[in-house]
Amino acid sequence: MDTNGNILQLNNIEVMYHEVILVLKGVSLQVPRAGIVALLGANGAGKSTTLKAISGLLKHENGRVTDGSIEFMGERIDRRSAEEISRQGIIQVIEGRRVFEHLTVEENIKVGAHLNTGAKMRSGVDKVYAYFPRLKQIRERTAGFCSGGEQQMLVMGRALMTNPKLMLLDEPSMGLAPLLIKEIFEIITRLNREEQLPILLVEQNVKLALAVAGYGYVLESGRVVMDGTADSLRDNPDIKEFYLGLTDLGTRKSFREVKHYKRRKRWLT
Amino acid sequence: MEFFLQLVITGIMVGSIYALVALGWTLIYKSSGVLNLSMGELTLTGAYVSLTFYQWGLPFPIALLFTLIVGLVLGLVVERVFLRPLIGESVLTVIMVTVGISFFLRGALGFIWGTDTLVFTPPVFPSQPVQIGPIVIGQVYIWSFIAAIVLLLIFVGFFKYTRWGLAMQATADDEMAALSIGISAKFVYAMAWAIAFMAAGVGGALLGNINGVNVSVGHLGLLVLPAVVMGGLNSVPGAIVGGLIVGLLQNFAGGYLDNLTIAGISIIPGGAKEMFPFFAMTIALLFKPYGLFGWQRIERV
Ligand SMILES: Nc1ncnc2c1ncn2[C@@H]1O[C@H](COP(=O)(O)OP(=O)(O)OP(=O)(O)O)[C@@H](O)[C@H]1O
Ligand SMILES: [Mg+2]
Repeated sequence: MDTNGNILQLNNIEVMYHEVILVLKGVSLQVPRAGIVALLGANGAGKSTTLKAISGLLKHENGRVTDGSIEFMGERIDRRSAEEISRQGIIQVIEGRRVFEHLTVEENIKVGAHLNTGAKMRSGVDKVYAYFPRLKQIRERTAGFCSGGEQQMLVMGRALMTNPKLMLLDEPSMGLAPLLIKEIFEIITRLNREEQLPILLVEQNVKLALAVAGYGYVLESGRVVMDGTADSLRDNPDIKEFYLGLTDLGTRKSFREVKHYKRRKRWLT
Repeated sequence: MEFFLQLVITGIMVGSIYALVALGWTLIYKSSGVLNLSMGELTLTGAYVSLTFYQWGLPFPIALLFTLIVGLVLGLVVERVFLRPLIGESVLTVIMVTVGISFFLRGALGFIWGTDTLVFTPPVFPSQPVQIGPIVIGQVYIWSFIAAIVLLLIFVGFFKYTRWGLAMQATADDEMAALSIGISAKFVYAMAWAIAFMAAGVGGALLGNINGVNVSVGHLGLLVLPAVVMGGLNSVPGAIVGGLIVGLLQNFAGGYLDNLTIAGISIIPGGAKEMFPFFAMTIALLFKPYGLFGWQRIERV
């Protein structure tokens, strides 16, 4: 276990796709042992890539961590396969609600427990239903026919079945109605509190993300351009303007163009 | 009418064997996207292996069980040695490798067992046919049917209700999502090949009992192609129904076309039986390009 109480630590990692496209240019971040950390940024900033670097799924998209290191519970994991990493307890809920669409809801959940056995399986399924009562009502439905919100609950429940030690959540709010988003974020908070589950949360919905997270990082073009406690980020004028720029005007404003923004010294140069 | 019924019943019985082999083929295609063209030779291998165990004096059910085990091992080995290094290669490359496997097997089988027709001696099933109402059926058909159905049920049950089976279905649905929850795609591929080899092996053993064992069993094994194409390639129920349809078509063609004569002269040269399922496949593709049960993406309404 890491001495600073962090379960996960990224040290200045660089990620390349296809050996040529440099997407992450030195990203460092930490996830404390029972915290929720938000990873924010515009489209294409490299948020999903960061998660895939951690979970090892990157290797299946012809990507590679070319520099820096990733440590999970004090061990380096950046060279390990996705399979090994998931066995160690890091589960990524990939973006886009990728349910197994021809399986039923309950089968989807059970697939998450493919490493467990009988009795554990039952209690795991019950736990998922306790967090997501809606899933219990529609357990026999084919997952492909469920609504977006139900599918989001399903992929989270499926991930929960693996008994994760760290959950990487990629844009759970994408394209959902406000009421549903609220429900899902409440569940995220409960999972974190009641299961002591650390969560690295990628979101474009900055306001919501900072409401549940304790700490946040802002990523832009593959670099961390700002980080701080959720409170400090919320009050930050740059964030405010950036955030307003995103929602009110509907245009994507570059962080670099915001005039209050003081260029932060890159760490470790 | 009796003749027709007779053809239907034997067609379904032989078709159940094709259904079994087709199921194996479909599992590979579903989970790994590999179009396996070596099914014919796999079937033939099963026929020779089971015959050999039987000739060693093992009771037929035990010989069948050993054939399953040999199939399991061979499937794992072939996947590990030939297919795994090709993960990520183009579809065409992989297809050519399966063709290579089939040539290799054909050569090896000829080398070990020769080219003469071998028969199970003494016959496994009594040659006394059974009379059901107006229909007369050889016992070998009935027992083959029972064996094929039992195995089909086992495989489908495995696929539907076990953790490993669910993992296979999940990988077939969305490989990246399956990886994200720690399912090993390699393990799934290996299972698919093992099951396909087992299914083909038993299918071959049963066909060998009906026809004797020579390369023609391999040709029969190739009939899985029209079966799976008509069934829709990636559908398990489709493969089973496709297998039954092929059995029926084959029997109808054999029963009606091969004996079609005008003024005492046969107008269709022999072999309609082998050819007709392929003919039907081509016609069916014109009307249902996704087969009877092929997956299209689920679109929510
Ligand atoms: N498999 C890939 N091969 C090549 N380039 C990729 C690949 N995946 C992502 N990229 C590139 O990497 C950059 C970062 O992508 P990433 O998906 O990490 O962004 P993101 O921050 O998650 O964006 P979004 O909010 O749209 O999901 C993009 O420019 C993208 O084009
Ligand atoms: Mg993304």
